Amino acid sequence: MRQNKTLKTIIIILILALFVYYAQNNFDNYKIRILNLCAINTILTLSLNLTNGFSGMFSLGTAGFMAVGAYTSAILTMPPEVKQMNFFMAPMNPALMKLNAPFIIALIAAGLLAALVGFLIGAPVLKLKGDYLAIATLGFGEIIGVIFTNTQSITNGALGLKGLPQYTNLYWSFGLATLTTLGLMTFLNSSYGRALKAIREDETAAQAMGINLFFHKNLAFAISAFLAGIGGALMANLLSTIDPTMFKFTYTYQILLMVVLGGMGSITGSIISATIMTIMMEALRSVESTLDLGFITIPGIPGMRMVIFSLILIAVVLFLKNGIMGENELTFEAVQKAINKLQPKKGGKSHEPTRS
Amino acid sequence: MTLELFIQHLVNGISLGSLYALIAIGYTMVYGIIRLINFAHGDIIMLAAYFVFFGAGMFALPWWLAAILSIILTAMAGMIIEKAAYKPLRSKNAPRISLLISAIGVSFFLENVAIVVFGGRPKSFFSPDIFKGVMKIGGISIPNLSVIIPIVTAALLIALVYLVNKTVTGMSMRACSKDVDTAKLMGIDVDRVISLTFCIGSALAAIGGIMWGLKYPQIHPLIGVMPGLKCFIAAVVGGIGNIPGAVTGGMLLGMGEILLVALLPGLSGYRDAFAFIILILILLFRPTGILGEKIAEKV
Repeated sequence: MRQNKTLKTIIIILILALFVYYAQNNFDNYKIRILNLCAINTILTLSLNLTNGFSGMFSLGTAGFMAVGAYTSAILTMPPEVKQMNFFMAPMNPALMKLNAPFIIALIAAGLLAALVGFLIGAPVLKLKGDYLAIATLGFGEIIGVIFTNTQSITNGALGLKGLPQYTNLYWSFGLATLTTLGLMTFLNSSYGRALKAIREDETAAQAMGINLFFHKNLAFAISAFLAGIGGALMANLLSTIDPTMFKFTYTYQILLMVVLGGMGSITGSIISATIMTIMMEALRSVESTLDLGFITIPGIPGMRMVIFSLILIAVVLFLKNGIMGENELTFEAVQKAINKLQPKKGGKSHEPTRS
Repeated sequence: MTLELFIQHLVNGISLGSLYALIAIGYTMVYGIIRLINFAHGDIIMLAAYFVFFGAGMFALPWWLAAILSIILTAMAGMIIEKAAYKPLRSKNAPRISLLISAIGVSFFLENVAIVVFGGRPKSFFSPDIFKGVMKIGGISIPNLSVIIPIVTAALLIALVYLVNKTVTGMSMRACSKDVDTAKLMGIDVDRVISLTFCIGSALAAIGGIMWGLKYPQIHPLIGVMPGLKCFIAAVVGGIGNIPGAVTGGMLLGMGEILLVALLPGLSGYRDAFAFIILILILLFRPTGILGEKIAEKV
């Protein structure tokens, strides 16, 4: 049975790989960009779901951690000449000027630095619960933006960085999304994951059972920050332009909607909702014709799209309490059952990236 | 720093602090009764400022009429938000996190509607002549507004304290914040009390918002976000659910912010970060706030 499951997982991943290969070579730029965004948003949604859904810590710091990741990757991947061009207002810190690393190193560094920031923030604030934690993390996300605006010699301040090499392609984004999914599933099925769920259900009881609250909460928070950092780095090297206003709470809210819509505490739910919402955001572009450049972030005047977006968020909370999946997962067994039920029809979506 | 300059900063701090206090009261009252951070409270400030802007600008109303209309409209908006987004969840006994997400949704909604309807570009707020002048006392020059704001705030506070402590309505509000279920059993119409709380909180925020517009005469759809977050922090610092606490916290925060910029000009870029650092310190060392009561966690 278990082997069977692994086999199926491998087959799904292979199908996904074929799809990605086909898409990278045959789709036009616009479609590739949307697919990239789907994968990046999946990573970010999983990151937020790990804290908000699985561990019961309501965090709103995603955008801040993304900013850390994005800037780390930007500084590491930008060639010195481009840096020179960017820092015309004030010179860049010479130590950072020479830094240059391949994308993979940049990604790892982005994740690790975000995780470090996550730990530094998490250690004092994770004692808080519920709404207090939400405000504290939201505040920190905003503070990171404030800091990046003020550290002229490192981040080029409010001017932002332009001309990042566009390393992000479908292989990177889908590869990392798949890795995140598999990794998170393993993690959540391990004793750590179970401990986190216990903490979510009842902190006092979990503590009484000998679970180290501080360690587990910080672990989950740091992993979440790590993933958000990687997401931010992928985003930066996809867009090739970043500035501190990109990573505002608005972005966190969008990811939050994806988490809530997919179901707090469901990995497959997050994947489904991140994909649906990303594509929908693009489809909704037709509602507002004035905005032609830029995408989810706010280059100028975001319009109707965001209004619809926020209405969906309210509607989901009011009427669809558990989101699409609740706390359930889309497993092979569940799909099998569904197929059995509708025997005559064709069942199952063939390129969902994950089944457990 | 000369004494004159210091006094000037102090007056500035008091006027900013009283604005924070006014807005923080709304948070604290709502939190006291339904245990919810009303994320939309900050955007209420923005709504009020825009209502006055359009009332006085587009419809050419006298400024005081525009202000009164704006306060009424904003109070209604607060009540509508409660009825539409929070009440359905309360009656379903949804987890508190759902309420919080709903509040975030409402806040996001208001911001984006404002962007669509009012436009994203900053607009300059009107400023009637009486608020413009500058008083000179000795070597200290104080803008009239910096005196008017604390006076208005103090008057409103006295009225509010009277309402909460001396009237029947106030008693039912206090009962609800102690224990909603028991209050219900005692025959208090909890829904009405909550509505009223939102109404009062929003009206105070509206007055705060209008004065905010007068003080910083540039309004844009995201104007309420930072004051909103900071005033929530003010409420927490003072002890959430506690009205004098909200005032204390607001004053402390406003004063601290002004003095930080005045004494350490190099850090002025980090002004917005100050409040959050205070928040962390308070939550670590005195989680119930300066004037808050200690609550033991029940198992």
